[in-house]
Amino acid sequence: MIEISVYGRGGQGAVTLAELVALAAISEGKHAQSMPSFGPERRGAPVLAFLRVDERERIKIRSVITEPDVLVVLDPGLLEVGDVFSQLKEDGIAVVNTKEPHEVLKSKLNVERLATVDAMDIAKRVLGLPIVNTAMIGALLKATGIVRLESLDHQLEERFGKLAAKNKAAMVEAYNKTVVG
Amino acid sequence: MGRIVGLEGSFAVAEAVRMVNADVIAAYPITPQTHIVERLAEMIADGELDAEFICVESEHSAMSACVGASAAGARVFTCSAGQGLELMHEVLYIPSSMRLPVVAVAANRALSAPLSVWCDHSDAMSLRDIGWIQMFAENNQQAFDLTVCAYRMAEEVLFPAMVHIDGFFISHVIEDMELPAEDEVRDFVPDYEHPFVLDPDKPVSMGCYAPPFIYPETKKAQEVAFEATKSKILATWDEFGRAFGRYYSPVELYRMEDARIALLVMGSFSETAMLAIDEMRDAGEAVGLIRLRLWRPFPFAELRAAVKDIELLVVLDRAISFGMGGPVCSEVRSALYNLADRIPIISFIGGLGGRDISIAEFKYMIKRAQERVKEAGMEGAEMPEMIGIRE
Repeated sequence: MIEISVYGRGGQGAVTLAELVALAAISEGKHAQSMPSFGPERRGAPVLAFLRVDERERIKIRSVITEPDVLVVLDPGLLEVGDVFSQLKEDGIAVVNTKEPHEVLKSKLNVERLATVDAMDIAKRVLGLPIVNTAMIGALLKATGIVRLESLDHQLEERFGKLAAKNKAAMVEAYNKTVVG
Repeated sequence: MGRIVGLEGSFAVAEAVRMVNADVIAAYPITPQTHIVERLAEMIADGELDAEFICVESEHSAMSACVGASAAGARVFTCSAGQGLELMHEVLYIPSSMRLPVVAVAANRALSAPLSVWCDHSDAMSLRDIGWIQMFAENNQQAFDLTVCAYRMAEEVLFPAMVHIDGFFISHVIEDMELPAEDEVRDFVPDYEHPFVLDPDKPVSMGCYAPPFIYPETKKAQEVAFEATKSKILATWDEFGRAFGRYYSPVELYRMEDARIALLVMGSFSETAMLAIDEMRDAGEAVGLIRLRLWRPFPFAELRAAVKDIELLVVLDRAISFGMGGPVCSEVRSALYNLADRIPIISFIGGLGGRDISIAEFKYMIKRAQERVKEAGMEGAEMPEMIGIRE
């Protein structure tokens, strides 16, 4: 089982990210679970969402994730708020939306494995909105390969309707631009 | 044939209500039940469900509308949570006394104050005496299955039925589950005709005034009839199992073979508790899990059978009855008091207002219960202990 914690702020789509990837994983025949955190649900407030994917067994656990294999950070400002990385498993990977060059951020953070992308730039250009979740799905998929890119197509169409194409473009661009190392 | 889908718990409930082809839905949105109402309203607006959606101004009116519609012979649905169930409370006694098969889902939520939208069982515990069939789901599959079963049970026995799904932990979780084909569900829940439907051509009176010379007889009749629902509940679950391959029973056991100690839980933490039991079993400890599925009518016989070979019972409540302790535990104790060989029953209260309970905390409860019995015997079992509290 892979456990993923998604940190964002209300309005950035952390919960939607977890939901869409869970649905995509289930459509591939995997077992998956998305669970929102239980914090205040308003714009700007820190939001936490959980995502579990297991290729073999139904997922029983319904507790929060305390030692994630993957940490997705939608808002670089959250890096200042607290040390979210200390909970990451030793061989875990952090997937971060950042404007900083990969090596610069890596030297600042105490993580072994890091994936970075400027998702805000992509979201603003492609969607015309500062909502980074679909771009960060691309980054998460590049960093982990937990589901195939094309498995998201149907989920994006279901969720975003006529905005699906733009969101898919944002996801694919982020997938291609994400630096892992 | 069913198919595997990823579905939010709330949407799973809405699918069940759509598949049984409910006629009237009256509900007022409240977190964490909102997605159920929104999805049903959407289904009706999109023509996926041919039902009347009554936009009410409160939960009190929602249940009143359900009572009226059910008395007119409609298949009805409502859902609520927390404070909404409290506002509905007065009316909840009416369908059970008037023998109307209203079906409701509670997305369990803590009660104010302080304000909390998150899950515990405080709202469910305040509904213990409303005279409804009540059962608890542990995951999204069960939220669907039990909602379907609730219609079948309610309409066969002419009592209302409520399915408790934990707010957020089920209502807002997306996971994989099997969604049966609609015709299979329709076969299982056939059209029903209420035998005493409100009809101007064949007038009947319902919910009449009852002076002291008749009121107690009505209550005796209600209790006798309600106790008699048990066999239909069992038969419904048995038939559901044969039709869909998933079997439910009033008290469900997990790794209880040769167990000396049992943990009893209810609702969405059950499967997390199973993982704690697995770890303790792997470490050679003879522990098992008892899950209370049917809350009303209370499964006395099944519970007694479940504990007959154990030495210690640990009960987790997700609610507190102030000055009394854990409500589930006090009912479990009363169910087991008349046993010749009484065992210590240790009460824990946890998970209030959405607080998480980890695998480690479930293991702690079992360990701590053993210590308390060692320290103080039966007397040591008396007081509940709240877990995970920062002092």
